[in-house]
This record gives sequence, C-alpha cells and structure tokens, in this order.
Amino acid sequence: MNCTSGEIWTLAEVRSGTIHPVSKELLAWGRAIADELCVPLASIVIGHNIYEQALELISAGADIVYIADSVEFENFHGDIEVDILQKIVNEHKPSILIASATTQGRTVMPMLSARLGCGLTADCTGLSIDPSTKRLIQTRPAIGGNVMADIKTSGHDPQMCTVRPKSKRPLLQDISKKGKIIKINTNDIALHSLIKYIGFEPEKSVGLPLQEAEIIVSGGKGMKNAKNFAKLGELANLLGGSVGASRMAVDLGWTPYSSQVGLSGKSVTPRLYIAFGISGAVQHIAGMSGAETVIAINHDPEAPIFKVADLGIQGDATEILTSLINVLKYRKGLN
Amino acid sequence: MRIAVLVKQVPAVDTVKIDEKTGIMVRDGVEAELNPLDLHAVEAAIVIKESQPDIETEITAITMGPPQAKKAAAYAVSMGCDKGILLSDRRFGGSDTLATSRTLARAIEKLGPFDLVLSGERATDGETGQVGPATSEFLNIPVLTYVSRIEELTESKIKVVRAIEGGHETVEAPLPAFIIPVKEMNVPRLCTLRGKLRAKNSDIPVFSANDIGLDQKMVGLDGSATKVVNVTYPKMTRSGIKIVASGQTEETIDKLISFLEEKNCLEASK
Repeated sequence: MNCTSGEIWTLAEVRSGTIHPVSKELLAWGRAIADELCVPLASIVIGHNIYEQALELISAGADIVYIADSVEFENFHGDIEVDILQKIVNEHKPSILIASATTQGRTVMPMLSARLGCGLTADCTGLSIDPSTKRLIQTRPAIGGNVMADIKTSGHDPQMCTVRPKSKRPLLQDISKKGKIIKINTNDIALHSLIKYIGFEPEKSVGLPLQEAEIIVSGGKGMKNAKNFAKLGELANLLGGSVGASRMAVDLGWTPYSSQVGLSGKSVTPRLYIAFGISGAVQHIAGMSGAETVIAINHDPEAPIFKVADLGIQGDATEILTSLINVLKYRKGLN
Repeated sequence: MRIAVLVKQVPAVDTVKIDEKTGIMVRDGVEAELNPLDLHAVEAAIVIKESQPDIETEITAITMGPPQAKKAAAYAVSMGCDKGILLSDRRFGGSDTLATSRTLARAIEKLGPFDLVLSGERATDGETGQVGPATSEFLNIPVLTYVSRIEELTESKIKVVRAIEGGHETVEAPLPAFIIPVKEMNVPRLCTLRGKLRAKNSDIPVFSANDIGLDQKMVGLDGSATKVVNVTYPKMTRSGIKIVASGQTEETIDKLISFLEEKNCLEASK
C-alpha cells in the first residue's frame, strides 16, 4: 500500500468532565482519511478522571487515544490546552489535526495555529484527500454559503481544521475494535491557566444547543408576539428538538441571542428545520441552508424561505403551530 | 487605560464575488460596511470608557485592508473611538487568518501597550472567527472568547460571562487581556452627527509592513499557510412542494404530519 507518514489526530471535546458526542463525529471524519492514507487515527483527550470514557473513543474509530489527565483540566482552559497540544504535536508530528467548530475548538485551534505557525481552516463541511499530493482538501462554506471554497494548507504540518458539528454521523460503535491508550506526560508543562474559572450557569432553554440539534423549530416576525413565540418551545419538546429564531425575533426580545440562526448568529445543520413565520432573508438562509430537510410556514406566498424549503405551507404560522401541537399531543395521548 | 479595537471592513453581504481563478474575494465595486459583529466590540469599548469617567481611557480602532478600508476605522471613530489606524500595504493582500493575526498583533505591539484588546466574534465575509484568538496568541495575552457580559473591570483584571454551548460561564483574567464580545453583549449605538464630524476631521494614519517592521515573507500570500484552491457555487434552492393552507388547516396538518413521518421526525412524539 502507498502509505504516508504522520498520524491523523482529532481533538476530543470535553465539557464539564464528559467527553462530548461531537468527539465521535470527529473520529468518523478522521477514520475515512486515515484509511485512505493508511496511517493510524488518534484522539486527543484533555480532561480529568476520563479514562473509562476515553475507551469509547476506540470503539468509535480511534486506533490510539492520547490522554492528558489532571485536576487542572476539569474545566476548559485554552491556554493550557495549547501548551499540551504544542508539546505533543512536536513529539509525534501528526499530519492532520481536526477539532470541532464549537466554542472550545474555535478558541484553542486559532491559538495553536498562531503558536505553531500552521494553517487552519474554519468550520469545514467536507474533508478529502488530494489523490496526487495526498494533502488534505478542506471544504468550507463562505459568504453565507453562497460559495464553497476548497482550501489546502501549505507550509508545514499538521494541516489543521475545525469541522462543523452534525455535518457527519459518528461511526457505528464497534466494541471489538482494539486500540492503544497512551498517557501524555505533562510534567514539563506549567499547568497554570491565566484564566480563572468561576462558575457555569446552564441555560433554561429547550433541547440541545442549536449546533448539535437534530431538529430545530425556528420562528420569526410572523409569530407576532413573545407569547406565540414561546409555543415553539412546546413543539420543540414534542419533537425532541431545539428552538431557533430569525434575527428579527431576537431583536424583538422574544428569545435570547443564543437561538439566532443566520450570518450574525449560528450556522446549523439539523436533520429537520421548521421555519415558522420567517421570511428568509439571505442572512438567515445562510445559517440554515445546510439542513437536510426544510419545512417553511409563511403567509406570504412570495417569501424567499419557500425557495429553500422541501415543504412549504402558505398559511398563518401561529395557527398552524397551535394545530400541529394539538395533533401531536393527541397522538401522544396527552390530551 | 488604553483599549484597542480591531475592526474589519466587509462587503455588504449579498453582493460579494470570488475570482474563480485566484480564489480571492473581489471587493472592487461592491458596497462595503463595517463588519456588523465588530460593532459590538466597538460598543463594548466605548461603554467601558463611559463607565469609568475618572480613569483616562483612550480607544484606538485598528483596521487592516485596502486604502478604502479607512472608512471602517473612521466609522469606529464616529461611534466614539478616540482614533483610528489603517494597516494597508499591497503586500498584505491575500492574507489568511494566520498572516492577518500576525500583522495585527505586530501593529498592536507597535502602538501599545494596551490594557485591553477587543475584536468581533467573526467577520460576515470570511466567517472564520479565527483572527481574534490567533492575534491574542501572537500577543501572548489571555483571550476570553464569546463574551456576553463584563461583570467587573479593574486596573489589573477583568471578570466576564461567556456564552457557550448550553449556558453561560464566568471566568476571570488578568490584564492585559483580549476580549471577544458576542452580539448578545450590547446594542451598538448609531453615529451622531457630531461623531461623524469628528471622524471627518480626524486623521487616520496608514501603516505599511515596513512601518510595523514585518518582513515580506511574514505577510500577505507569502505569510499565509492556507490557500483557496477551488471555488464552487452551491445551489441553495430546493424544489419543494407547496401547500396553500387557507381555511383547510386540518388537511394541511395531516399533510404536514405525514411529511414528518416520512422523514422519520416523529420518533420523539410517539
């Protein structure tokens, strides 16, 4: 086989002491590339008391799991992570490093890029290998998804990127898969962060964070008021989804900024996106056009959202929302 | 207290093009604006200045781009920044986030020291969000990303709330620090007529690669580690079905339910 050198690395995401499922998506990305280049696939885990969970990464596709374990890693500290990553990258010289485009990945990877002088591509939705040069081709949407750019990293390795959560499914768990766990020696790193962690206040929102949601029930100005908008939460609950919003709904104060979908909000890739009373400005479409299936409900037959919908319903968004909730409740035996 | 705010001029979203041969964005002839997410960083800086009237505070808006990007710095001045700086040099052209961050960091060092550096979460054209954290690393100062609120600011430290997945985290860092606000933090003010006049009368100095002491190999295309090799224009429209619901809500809901079933989206509501 025509193998290259240098392992493929993914940076596992640890949140509040737990390995987040997005880490397994990263392994699905990495597995395809590692197989093509016939090199080992590794996951880097920086956390505390995390050994048991790290084993799951092997059945999710990793050949090697590198673990840095210390009480200092209980909470995310970008500055320490950069020190650790710099050290192990220099020791093991991986050819590719993939992280998730989450608040953690988008903080630590640019720092590492500057530290190592290596190129970094943000928020990729496609990764492939150039058959002739064996270099990584990183595909990402830009300018609101109007453009897909293929980007290559010149200069020295690792070739680094963050990938958008939910843009690939994790591999099926293979419990028979064997792998190595290697402890990262952090003795020569000052495990002191300049940033002091004080506390965390969970959001009282419905469902998963938007970028991780399988189903998003989103609302815009057509919901008419905050009370109607709040009903979206009820539907999201029934469908097992999360609530999104257009910029207008956020600016009107009906919902926090964390639910804003679009160019100045979040880019989401759920399985299903339902837009209630959202007209579909370019800026909004930029954030949701990556959804697998789109349902749009709007009273205006000319609303641009219909152009990107798989199912468009021309009608009163609040009325249809209420009826849909009632029917689903009835089916569930709640009424 | 000295504050630097990094701002970027971006093309007004819907009119941008990319040169398919070079892979570089074509900005000529397209209307420009100050990156909407940078406005929150500018606003945050001005609020800090206003909230500590007894401490002398100076805000410098720094931008990088072609000569016409001067407008971005001027806009920040018209909002209330004390001065604007433009980093402009043909050799900066084609900079990726690494080269951009290196250039900005060098300029900040040259113009500094600053107690606080702020930038927007990301620009609406490139949408990478990488320049802020990378610049902080070049400056070797702690970075607080996704900041939704400043809880406390003293001469030596800053305590902030960060908007992250699933909630809000409170953290504290010593100064100098790099702060990246999100939209949630504030509502940017509009420019007043007085502000516009002040901006018109204020000089925006231009710095070149030589002025900030950066070698040609470190900037622009030469200083970049990523290259756009191909560009495609995805089809964003979908050819979906459309139902008109007027007066027949029940029938519409039936269709909607069967569509959801077909797409396996009703597992949770059984």
